Formats: sequence, C-alpha cells, structure tokens
Amino acid sequence: MKLTIERAALLRALNHVQSVVERRNTIPILANVLVEARDGMLSLNATDMDISIVERTPAEVGQPGSITAPAHTLYDIVRKLPDGAQVDLDATGGGDRLILSSGRSRFTLQTLPTEDFPVMAGGDMPHTFDLDAGALRTLIDRTRFAISTEETRYYLNGIYVHAVTEGTPALRAVATDGHRLARVEIELPEGAAGIPGVIVPRKTVAELRKLIEETDGTVTVTLSETKIRFAFDEAVLISKLIDGTFPDYERVIPTGNDKVLSVDRVSFAQAVDRVATIATEKLRAVKLSIDAGQLTLSASSQENGTAVEELPVSYDRDSIEIGFNARYLLDIADQIESSQAEFILADSASPTIVRDAEDPGALYVLMPMRV
Amino acid sequence: MTDTVQLCRDCLHIERMDANALGPRRCPSCHGSRLIRHPELMDLSIAHIDCDAFYASVEKRDDPSLADKPVIVGGGQRGVVSAACYVARIYGVRSAMPMFKALKACPDAVVIRPNMEKYSAVGRQIRALMLDATPLVEPLSIDEAFLDLSGTTRLHGRPPAATLAHLVKRIETEIGVSASIGLSYNKSLAKIASDLDKPRGFAVLGRADALSFLEEQPVGIIWGVGKSLRAKLEQDGLRTIRDLKKIDKFDLIARYGAMGKRLYHFARGEDDRGVQPDGETKSISAETTFNADLSDIQSLKEELWPLCEKVARRMKRQGFAGRSVHLKLKTADFKTVTRSRTLPDPTQFAEVLYRTAAPILEKTVEGRAFRLIGVGVADLTDPVLADPIDLADPDSGKRAKVERAIDAVRAKLGDGALKKGRGWH
Repeated sequence: MKLTIERAALLRALNHVQSVVERRNTIPILANVLVEARDGMLSLNATDMDISIVERTPAEVGQPGSITAPAHTLYDIVRKLPDGAQVDLDATGGGDRLILSSGRSRFTLQTLPTEDFPVMAGGDMPHTFDLDAGALRTLIDRTRFAISTEETRYYLNGIYVHAVTEGTPALRAVATDGHRLARVEIELPEGAAGIPGVIVPRKTVAELRKLIEETDGTVTVTLSETKIRFAFDEAVLISKLIDGTFPDYERVIPTGNDKVLSVDRVSFAQAVDRVATIATEKLRAVKLSIDAGQLTLSASSQENGTAVEELPVSYDRDSIEIGFNARYLLDIADQIESSQAEFILADSASPTIVRDAEDPGALYVLMPMRV
Repeated sequence: MTDTVQLCRDCLHIERMDANALGPRRCPSCHGSRLIRHPELMDLSIAHIDCDAFYASVEKRDDPSLADKPVIVGGGQRGVVSAACYVARIYGVRSAMPMFKALKACPDAVVIRPNMEKYSAVGRQIRALMLDATPLVEPLSIDEAFLDLSGTTRLHGRPPAATLAHLVKRIETEIGVSASIGLSYNKSLAKIASDLDKPRGFAVLGRADALSFLEEQPVGIIWGVGKSLRAKLEQDGLRTIRDLKKIDKFDLIARYGAMGKRLYHFARGEDDRGVQPDGETKSISAETTFNADLSDIQSLKEELWPLCEKVARRMKRQGFAGRSVHLKLKTADFKTVTRSRTLPDPTQFAEVLYRTAAPILEKTVEGRAFRLIGVGVADLTDPVLADPIDLADPDSGKRAKVERAIDAVRAKLGDGALKKGRGWH
C-alpha cells in the first residue's frame, strides 16, 4: 500500500476515527487503525468492538492495499506536521513497517496484519430512514446531559430512541438519570414508524455527535434490535445497542401540574449560577420561592453563609417554595434556546416540568430536592 | 532483684518492689489485701472494662432483698437467660441458656423480665464515668467498653492502672454495680484479661507473659470464635492457641477466610486495631445465623427480608439514611463474603435495601451453603435527601407510599401489626 494525501484531510479523518480507540487496550489490534487505499480513496477504520467508525477521504493512491497502525501515534504525528504538508504513507517496503514521510520528517511505525483487524458486521438491519443532520444534532444535544452514569442501571446509560405513532407521529429521544429527564421529539421521518425502541450507548452518542458536527447533509440511519448504523458523506458509524429495557418514562411525566412560571432564560441561569456559589459543594441546593410576579432564589450553607437574588417573573398562582440542584437547573437552562423558560409546577415535592416557551418538541422533568 | 509494681485497688497506693519479696501481701498504706502485682503495670494502657452480671446486678441494686438470692434476668421473646447473677451461676446457670434449662438447674431462682430502658440508662451513667478517665472510650455493648488511657498519667496524676482501679471504684460506689478490668497492650488481650478474674477482677497481660499465657488457652478464648467455629477448629485438630500457631498464615486464610487472618494474628497476641471512641454512627446492620446451613436462594431471601426491615427500622428511628448497602454472608466453612453497592440516592426503605441486596445475593450464592446472612447500610446521611421520586423507576413512588403507610400503622399498633407478603413463610 502506498498513498499520498494532504495533511489536513488525513488529520480530519483520523480525528474522527481515533477517539473510538481506547487509550488502554489489552488486545493490541484494537489500538490500531485500519488504513486502506483503493480507487483513489483512503479509508480509515477504528473500533473498540462495540463501535466501529469508517471514514473515507480522497487520496492519491500509488499502490492499493491495506495495513493497520497504532491509531493514537499516527494521529499525534499527523497533528504535529506543519499546515499544508503532503503526507506519504508507504507499506510496500515489507517487514511489517509503515513509513510515514512528510517534508523532511520520516517515521517508521510498527504494524499488525490487516487480517487480524476485527470487522464489525452490521448483520441484518431491517429499518432505514433518513434524518437531517441538524435534527439529529438537536435530538442528541437536548438529551445527552441527562444520560445516567450509574453502572447498575446500565439501561439508563444511553439515549432511548423510539417512534411515536399515536397522536402526532414523532421520532423521540429520551434520557434520564432518575433525577432529571429529557424528552425531545422531531417529526417522524419516513420509514421510521416501525422501528423498535433502542438505547444508543453514551460513547456512541459522543462519537456520533463529533462526526456530524460539520455536516449539513442527510444522515441515513439503519437499525435492528441490536445494532444501529449512521451513514453520511463518506463516514459510517456502526454501534451495538444497549441490551435492556428503558423504563416506562411516560408514567413519571406529570400531567396535572398547573402552576406556570415564566422567566427570562438568561437572567435565570445567571442568577442560579451566582446564588449556587454559596450552596454546599455536594448538594448544590437552590431554593426557589415563587410569589406573584416575583421569583426569589436563595441558597445557604453552614460553612459559607447565604445568598439571595430576586427576579421578575410571570406568575399569578399561590406562592410556592421548591428546591432544586443548581447544576440540574443550569443544564436545562442551557438547552433552552428561546428567551423564555417555562416551569410547570404542582407542589414542592412533585416532579416539575420545564419547557422552552418556543420549542414544543422539548420537555424536561426535574425532581425537586427537599430544602 | 526482679522488679515488679504493686497497686492497691482500694487506696491506689503504688509501690515498686522485688518480685520475689516475701512477707504479708498487704498494702503498706491502707493494709488492704486487694493488690495487683505485675512488672509491666506502669506501662500498659489499653483496658477492657466489663460489668459483672450487669442486668442482674442492676436488679439487685434496686431490690436489696434479692442480694443473696439467685437472680436470672431473661425470658422475654426468646426464652433465654440474658444475665445470671453469681449466686445463680453456682447452680450452673449461664447466659444464653434456655430458660427451662436454667430453671431446672436452679428452681429457686428469681426470674426478672429484662428492663432494657433501665439498663441502658445505667449504661449511659457508667459511660459518663469512663469518659472522665479518658476520651478514648469504645463501647462494645451497654455494659462493656475498651478504654485507651495512653497519655493520661499527667492529667490524673496517676498511671493508667491506678486510674482504672479508681474508675471501677467509682462505678461501684456511685452507680452500685461491680465491674472487672482487663489491662494489656492491645484490645483483644485486654478483652481476654477482663474475663480472667471475674467478678470484681483486675487482670493484667503484659508483653512478657501474654504469649506464654495464650499458648495454653483453648481457641475459644479468641474474640470472635463462637461455639460452632470452635467446634470446627477442634475438628481440624486445632484445640489450643499453640495448635493454631503451627499453621501457616495463608493456610489459615485459605481455610477460614478473613477470620483465618484474625486467628493468625491473635494467636501471636497481635492486634493493631485502635480504640475507636464512640463517634458518629458509621453504619447500621443486622445479621442472623441460621439453625441449619442454607444454600437455596429462596430461603436465603426469606432470611434477608426481615433483616432489611430491621435495618430500615433502625435508620428511621435514629434519623439516618444510608447511601451504600452491604451484604454479608458466611459460608458453612466460615469464610466471610461481603459485597456492597452504592445507591444513586440514600434510602431509609426496607424495600430499597431488599431490592438492592437480593440481586447481589443471587449473584453471590454460587451453590454454596451459608450459615449466616447480614445486611447493612453505611455512608449515612441526613434523611432529608433520602428516597426522592426516581424518574427512572415509575413504581418507586408507589412503593414509597406503601412503606410509609406500613410505618404509620406500625407506629400506632406496634411492629408486629402489619407484615408485607414477603414476610410470610
């Protein structure tokens, strides 16, 4: 195998695939990236056996072929090469070596045989639909903050994606860690009505989000009950799904909440952030005292003292006092794009709904803390 | 001349003397005869104090007509002897003996139902006196504690041994019950010593004599070796501590698990655990030893549930919530297996303990037979944070309501008033 490619193109592709490679690997081949040159294209493939990313980019192929080389080392070298450099990759010399040369630099890298590289088979994936990359970014961004890290409830360690066919058909993404829940939906894409509900693991979400950062096109999603595949431009990501049952989250979304508080999103987030400075590190509890037209945020800790800040709000129901974890409030405020955040409350002990006043697709549920 | 030190337990007079001195064993100061002699008496500072026949002594204190009668405190729920006075012990009555057996041995005994509230009140008074001697008091139960008197000589103007004698005198005169002292250089030896000279005893195990003393003792003297472990050790040919010392450390650990390590060190008089003063409660747990070993998961789960209820009850009463759940199992061959799991939120609920511990139990059993199961919580916090509604578990709210309702009924009608279906078998 022998090819020449521009440094920027190689770096971009390597950057996309290398982060799936674990820093510590017990299986040597999993530390490597599969480099393949064929038909004027360079293809890079990395996997951790749960996720596989393939990215293709045009290159000047001198001699077709393939080899595997250490992913992180290769990435670090290319990163440090000067802007605009041409990179030659040459594995034709034999002796299990890949020679990378660029300008006056020359690196000889250890390789492993291509045959040892595990290819992740997609298997039979009966469902396919197309999704706008922007819509996919929204689904991820609005929910990923609520993904649980609790290992015992592994089925919460991802985003639950499913189709809603009753009422207004929608494709829905849900994540929860038990304390907060994010539910975001978009119009149901054609072909998605019959998909099974699947849980996309956190790492896959992170890798996918990085891959689609710069694309504006269409992402083709293909899935079965155990695997999911995202394809766009010249990249393909295949991932295993979490084998578990996502909780029946609809039952925890309150339906009877009737006290609506509307607040300017930016000033609310800033005030929460300021007041929370006082709250104890561990709990970060902030109290919301809501009266007609006014919200008083307060926090106190035995070591630090107290903090109070008042905000004008739109509210005309009975006064209510309710406590929340400041971090959760800030996380949710971050998701709201319009200027107004809406809190829909019942009482100080029940789940509270938070919405973006101008985005009917997103809904957040937040458990209060006793303060 | 061999030096030794003599302490008078009545007047606290201290005298250095020749260990081989002849002559009357009387205190040169008060002519009392309750003397303690030991070469290391001035150097030892770890003590175990144990009240003598505590419950029975309290009852005798409160009813002088019982003074010379055999008194058994017991009955209650399980029908066993909780405490027998020293008169009753002459007839062979021992604590933990079934009541019918005790009464057969001593038909004239006065049987008194235990009054735990009274005993713990007296126990608290005794603890207060102990804390006058040293802040390092580690209570083992309501009537016994370890004391570390290191560095108290200048404070009290007398060495630890004399401070202890003084303390026990105060317990006798101010509270009206007697206690025995064990003095040594670590906790397990102090605990052994307090048992050597009961009642009203004062026994000393020094660095020079502890090991030779231990050699001859049966393995049962080691703290933590109960009846069945002793039987097993004897079955393995380990009757005395000398037998035990012949076995390699790793063999002992391989055979008896964590207890094996303890056996190895205790046999050599080694114990590096410090005296832990009675600080905050760090964990709450409950365990039970089965009548016959259990290997079947269903039976083990049936034993687990009441323990979860017990731990939850104690958390609720003491105002704690626990964030980590610990499961303890002891195999038929005395290996202790422990597993723990941290919860996303602290809990006070028996139901949460059970739902956390039961799956761990299922994974841990592996076809083995067990003689004991225990469950506990640690990482205790304020209950205000306990058991929030769990958005990832739609039924958690309903289960919380059920448990709170059960608690409310029990608060009104007693703990036995209501049982969950799981508790019937």
